[in-house]
Amino acid sequence: MTGPLVRLDSVTHAFAGTPVLEAVSLAISPGEFVGVVGPSGSGKSTLLKVLAGALVPVAGTVTRTGSTRIGYVPQVETVNWDFPVTVREVVTMARTAGRWLPWSSAAERAEVATVLDRLGLGGLGRRHIRELSGGQQQRVFVARALLRGASLLLLDEPTSGVDVRTRHDVLHLLDDLHRDGLSIVLTTHDLNGIAAHLPRLVCLNRQVVADGAPGDVITPAVLERTYGARMEVISHAGMPVVFEGSRDHHDAPKGGGGDVIDLRSAR
Amino acid sequence: MSWERALEPFAFEFFRNGMVVATLAGALCGLIGVYVVLRGMSYIGHGLSHSIFGGAVASSVFGINVLAGAAIWGFASALMISGITRRRAIGGDAAIGVITTAAFAIGVALISVRRSFTQNFDALLFGNVLGVERGDIVVIALVSAGAVAVVFFGYRQLLFTTFDPEVAETSGVRTARVDALFSLVLAMSIIATMRILGVTLIAAALVLPPVVARMLTSSFARMLLISTAVGAGCGFVGMYASFQLDVASGASIVLTGAAVFGVVYAVTGASARRRLGHTHV
Repeated sequence: MTGPLVRLDSVTHAFAGTPVLEAVSLAISPGEFVGVVGPSGSGKSTLLKVLAGALVPVAGTVTRTGSTRIGYVPQVETVNWDFPVTVREVVTMARTAGRWLPWSSAAERAEVATVLDRLGLGGLGRRHIRELSGGQQQRVFVARALLRGASLLLLDEPTSGVDVRTRHDVLHLLDDLHRDGLSIVLTTHDLNGIAAHLPRLVCLNRQVVADGAPGDVITPAVLERTYGARMEVISHAGMPVVFEGSRDHHDAPKGGGGDVIDLRSAR
Repeated sequence: MSWERALEPFAFEFFRNGMVVATLAGALCGLIGVYVVLRGMSYIGHGLSHSIFGGAVASSVFGINVLAGAAIWGFASALMISGITRRRAIGGDAAIGVITTAAFAIGVALISVRRSFTQNFDALLFGNVLGVERGDIVVIALVSAGAVAVVFFGYRQLLFTTFDPEVAETSGVRTARVDALFSLVLAMSIIATMRILGVTLIAAALVLPPVVARMLTSSFARMLLISTAVGAGCGFVGMYASFQLDVASGASIVLTGAAVFGVVYAVTGASARRRLGHTHV
């Protein structure tokens, strides 16, 4: 049996003495599609950065198998969209380590063109990143991760601040990549629109509150421990649907709801 | 103006030296300034030049070679700023303010204690391009060649680290080393150009060419080339205007850059201004 791509054992991380992650243990196996949910400040982004190796935890161990290549896709809100770079320049950044010439070789240019075509970005290589739609912008950073030969894709809130159509595009893309064999971990605030449709869900609030299939994890008790607020959960077409507060008070479902892709069937 | 009159200053060696040095200094600042501006550290040129001035004074007091002492002082300041910013303890602008003013204050304190100097620091403060000698040309040529080599061979590393340092680190780029190398190049560039432009004007030489280039392109590679060319052009034209108009050379070079900025700003229209609007100048 293949071991996990990344494994965290009792990982603790803190910023300026304030703990952000406490004794988190988690393993990501090949072929998994994992969602991480939790309130703002619960440590979701920090968890991804620890998995990616961008942060070294203050305690605990992080183990990656030798062959694991991680592609990290940052939150679009953190990207400097005014930076003077074209789509091709961003994607080619994947080929930075150990390269000492500024220009790309013919083989490199062909690889970039292939990955851009695969993600539906063919012909956009010379465009500035700001000139793309929200979904295309997200794809540029996924393309960079893929060009790196990532076996594990880490995405920090890939559908944050995007419209329904863009969210749909991004989720279709991730579904396709997962079907192609890529392991994926993403963070999200969208319980109904995304989290409930993933095969595995981790509820985080500095500690792992629950870890399992959405049907097992999305319960009023777990959500209250995760978010510190009472939420109602009903089952619809075999999937949990979360309501903030009580349905009697006509509260909206938590997250996008409705127009979704079922990602549970993949692999 | 007749051709004879126009070419007259080139008959003087001091002017030819000045033209070479001013053009090289402009190009060097234009090249390095791209990274300075895109890292949101436009104030670093101003701060580091003050810090290096403090180092030059301290070196003089302790009988150390002024250039070497200033270089070490400037590099150490740049490394400290980079280190503090990387840890995100405080923002880059605040780190520059704290480190460089402290380094400058040490120089001021030493001046007040010693009260007399064998060294004249006027050239460092205000720039004296007409006083440059062949040795100065060699120094700035070597520093320029070094900066070009670093930007050429470290092009990809510098780009990734400037654009997205966190992801660069996870992608196998040693961002701490890249930042340290950039700090060294920046400190050396400021030291090499300080005698030409002066402490007070060097920040403008680092910032104006990349800002002009940013208005003209959305490609990083083209921005590097345009900024270097604009910096060299401003150095050349500014130096020439300095002679013809009898204006201080540092001020003339910077005012030429400001004029280019004004023209490009007016001509390129709203889209270019929007690009510039979010650049951390």
